[in-house]
Amino acid sequence: MAANPFLVVVDYDAGNLRSVERALAHVGVDATITADWADLARADGVILPGVGAASDTMAKLGERDLTEPLREYVASGRPFLGVCMGLQALLEHSDEGGGQECLGLLPGNVRHFGFDHLKVPHMGWNQVRWLREHRITSGIASGSYFYFVHSFYPDPADPDLALGETTYGLTFPSVLARENMVATQFHPEKSGEAGLAIYANFAEWVREAA
Amino acid sequence: MLTKRIIPCFDVDRGRVVKGVSFVELRDAGDPVELAKLYDAEGADELVFLDITASSDNRATVYDMVSATADQVFIPFTVGGGIRTTVDMKTMLELGADKVSINTAAVNNPDLVNEGAYRFGSQCIVVAIDAKGVGEGWEVYTHGGRTPTGIDAIAWAREVVERGAGELLVTSMDTDGHQSGYDIAMLRAMSEAVNVPVIASGGAGGPDHMAEALTEGKADAVLAASIFHFGTYSIREVKEALSGQGIAMRPVAARD
Repeated sequence: MAANPFLVVVDYDAGNLRSVERALAHVGVDATITADWADLARADGVILPGVGAASDTMAKLGERDLTEPLREYVASGRPFLGVCMGLQALLEHSDEGGGQECLGLLPGNVRHFGFDHLKVPHMGWNQVRWLREHRITSGIASGSYFYFVHSFYPDPADPDLALGETTYGLTFPSVLARENMVATQFHPEKSGEAGLAIYANFAEWVREAA
Repeated sequence: MLTKRIIPCFDVDRGRVVKGVSFVELRDAGDPVELAKLYDAEGADELVFLDITASSDNRATVYDMVSATADQVFIPFTVGGGIRTTVDMKTMLELGADKVSINTAAVNNPDLVNEGAYRFGSQCIVVAIDAKGVGEGWEVYTHGGRTPTGIDAIAWAREVVERGAGELLVTSMDTDGHQSGYDIAMLRAMSEAVNVPVIASGGAGGPDHMAEALTEGKADAVLAASIFHFGTYSIREVKEALSGQGIAMRPVAARD
């Protein structure tokens, strides 16, 4: 267990990069914002943030030569957290913008809400119900509220990937987890105390694993 | 269930909150960061800061405020006032604002909505619409409600959403400041015209007015200033009252 783990926030110009850094600072962790693959190679923990479009995200990860280092990092078994677009990027394919291949680290697709009777994006505070136990949600009550802003939702091929679920017109998995990977569709960095607890739990996990 | 949002709004001049916020608990009632923290603890779902600083020489003060707020408050906040270009938007977003709100600048240069949405995403582009009743409809006003534009407010709402606005902040110049309720007919017309969230503003006197805006007015969020700042109602009281009327609210965390 390391007192000062090397925690990396992947820099690909995502809009919420600094907010993630600030939330980590608030729970007592100095994060390194970097686009250097060598930093990913030696990181104790990695966070992939994100807002915006899938095509833009994949293009920027590609331009910065981060696609392979991300795959290698995840394959190494060290703790990984994806946030919002950082969740969607993990799946195989997104329907956004006429279709976009994603990282394919988790099986499944990203689909559009496409409602006539409800506003899209799904914007605001909604409840997340835990479907099983996991260290990332430790100490946070099932049914807690988190802040969402998204028009597309994850539809994983394996239902066992879902760690938490949320209902907006339909019920979708709002937290995915498998082995060393966890990803949230909501923004923990904008979700008050409950969200900060997610980052604190992740930091604790990274410290222990380091 | 997605909850309806309660959003306190602050007018900020040279980095200080103005319009007589009176809180005995606060050491410094003009400090936006202290106020933001207090309202966050009270259960505010989002915050809006409206920069009314007249001189552009004093812009640095609002930059400091945005950055300090983002350091300490972990709920979404919007900054409006004085944002005229995508460079202004970028500055605010990089300092830590989650959304920027544009009003007069959008009327003067509607392409600013497209450019902002394209560069930063619709989710952070809020278009504020100030409107006044005229005949059967409503007319858009700019410059803080002083300048009539001849533009139909509902058509304008549709246009800015088409251009990429992610949210509308709708203020009725007829009801603003009177604390006698929001303009429900306008809110409803606006909300039915677009498929993005509508924030109701102007006229909140208490929870019943907010309930009306969120149900009959079909708004997704309500913004208020005076009733919170003068302590007429706390956010907690408003949320409890609205929950009691069956409106979905994010509960306020229990006090330690």
